[in-house]
Amino acid sequence: MSLINVQNLTKRFKTLTAVDDISFTVNEGEVFGFLGPNGAGKTTTINILCTLLSPSAGRAEIAGFDCAKHSDKVRAAIGLIFQDTTLDNGLTAYENLKFHAYLYNLDRRLTERRIDEMLNIVELSGRKKDLIRNFSGGMKRRLEIARGLLHYPRVLFLDEPTVGLDPQTRNTMWGFIQDLRSREKITVFMTTHYMEEAENCDRIAIMDHGKIIALDTPSRLKELVHGDIVRVVTADNKQAAIEIENKFGIIAREENGSLSVETEHGDEFIPRLVNALTVETRSVSLQKPTLNDVFLRLTGRTIREDLMENGRAVMREFVRTHRRAQR
Amino acid sequence: MIQFRPIYVICVREFKKFFREKSRLLGTLARPVLWLFVVGTGMSALIRPQAGFSYVQFIFPGMIGMTILFSSIFSAISIVWDREFGFMKEMLVAPISRLSIVIGKAISGTAISVAQAVIILILIPFLGITITFSQFIEVVAVAILVSFCITSIGILIASRLTSLDGFNILMNFLVMPMFFLSGAMYPVTSMPPALRQLTHINPLTYGIDAFKHVLLRGSKPPLGPEFSITLDLFVMLAVSIVMLTLAALSFRRKD
Ligand SMILES: Nc1ncnc2c1ncn2[C@@H]1O[C@H](COP(=O)(O)OP(=O)(O)O)[C@@H](O)[C@H]1O
Ligand SMILES: [Mg+2]
Repeated sequence: MSLINVQNLTKRFKTLTAVDDISFTVNEGEVFGFLGPNGAGKTTTINILCTLLSPSAGRAEIAGFDCAKHSDKVRAAIGLIFQDTTLDNGLTAYENLKFHAYLYNLDRRLTERRIDEMLNIVELSGRKKDLIRNFSGGMKRRLEIARGLLHYPRVLFLDEPTVGLDPQTRNTMWGFIQDLRSREKITVFMTTHYMEEAENCDRIAIMDHGKIIALDTPSRLKELVHGDIVRVVTADNKQAAIEIENKFGIIAREENGSLSVETEHGDEFIPRLVNALTVETRSVSLQKPTLNDVFLRLTGRTIREDLMENGRAVMREFVRTHRRAQR
Repeated sequence: MIQFRPIYVICVREFKKFFREKSRLLGTLARPVLWLFVVGTGMSALIRPQAGFSYVQFIFPGMIGMTILFSSIFSAISIVWDREFGFMKEMLVAPISRLSIVIGKAISGTAISVAQAVIILILIPFLGITITFSQFIEVVAVAILVSFCITSIGILIASRLTSLDGFNILMNFLVMPMFFLSGAMYPVTSMPPALRQLTHINPLTYGIDAFKHVLLRGSKPPLGPEFSITLDLFVMLAVSIVMLTLAALSFRRKD
């Protein structure tokens, strides 16, 4: 059964089309991911689903309720973890959760028990009475997960849940989410620009410039890339790319100083490649395709390159969160 | 659509934060205290009592008005902080009406302002003024209405402010003129006509006028109240309702 139903959804900001005629469904119990570079339209889509924005065209439904028309029904059915933290720094962990319980009209007799249960799961029981101000980024994220699930939502939205966290904290976070999924019947909708993270999803929609350019399970998406990826670094990558195209009829893509070549049997291709190149080869490696290669194949760009272009935006974001942390 | 549990919990949050930020309490109280003791007592030596009221007594209603003005605007501005630091989203995606959010903010802002007005009232014995118990009750009643009105104005403005930068502009171009054009410090009857017109569209003028009705009982303009108490109270109530309705609508608007 589909819990989220999106049809021909479009969102325009003045002249910019942030979300461009997208359609998809998310099934009950599924972990569904939006993968795409900064500015792809992921957050905008979430904002429409969670009733903060109204669509320019098309429709979005959650649990049978139209997000634009029955916002209260939709709001009661969802839990949210936004890209930027939405905790009150001046309140304690317990007070933040209690505030949430009152807003969602959680049964009074249940509230205290539920708060303790959730704090326990995200391993913050010991910090119940501490001000959020003194929490680390990872702790805040964990508390937001506890809060997002406090009112037994049917869908949990996570917008770039692990951005800015170190890889270890990121893994523990995923541990919590998987743990929660096994306890409570919950559907997860998440966005990310980390490839490794997208691997946790049952299905992934790859988004670019407001459009969904591919939607499938991670393994089927990887089948879009034929066979293996051979990465080669040479003394002259440009020359090497020309030679590869001339001799093997394959277009090699350059990325971060190395050429990547898609081929069926990578192990057999490597010796032929090294013999064929007239320029000096410095290193060759063989990889199974990643979602990054899928994105590269579909768009001709890598998500990481896009991140570099967005370096200024990231820096601005850093300054903002930093200022926020000082409050 | 008004939901009581959300309104209650929004108020509790504001009170908790207010008591945790001691500097805020100190800030709003220091200003009127300074005026009353330094300027008020200093000027009293220069200006002869008129109709039996000293200068300190004359500015006392204005000082209560000032306390409420700054406290209420500060409370309302917390909406901009909430937006800047993300917490507003927590409220906006909850299954509660925008009106409940606005009313929660209005009630908590009102309560905090009234509490501070009462603290100023407690200073009365130190200023050589006496008031009766019934006057005390009446001042508190008027303070509730004035606080509610100013908080509502603040909430409407805060609902349209997108950043804290707007706050300074607001302070300089709205709050300070509201204070100086309210008859808090000096009689407005002797002002040039253009400025007098402005005092008449300033809601705070009517609030302070109502305080004068209670505290400067029996005195006439220029020192005493200018309008009837009925008009004063009506303006406060009407402005509050209009402002809160507009604020709730402004919150509902999505892009
Ligand atoms: N409120 C807004 N007004 C104007 N443009 C916006 C607004 N919100 C987002 N955008 C633009 O829409 C595009 C998609 O943004 P967003 O959904 O935040 O992308 P993502 O979350 O995938 O990084 C970006 O180009 C962004 O600048
Ligand atoms: Mg985003």
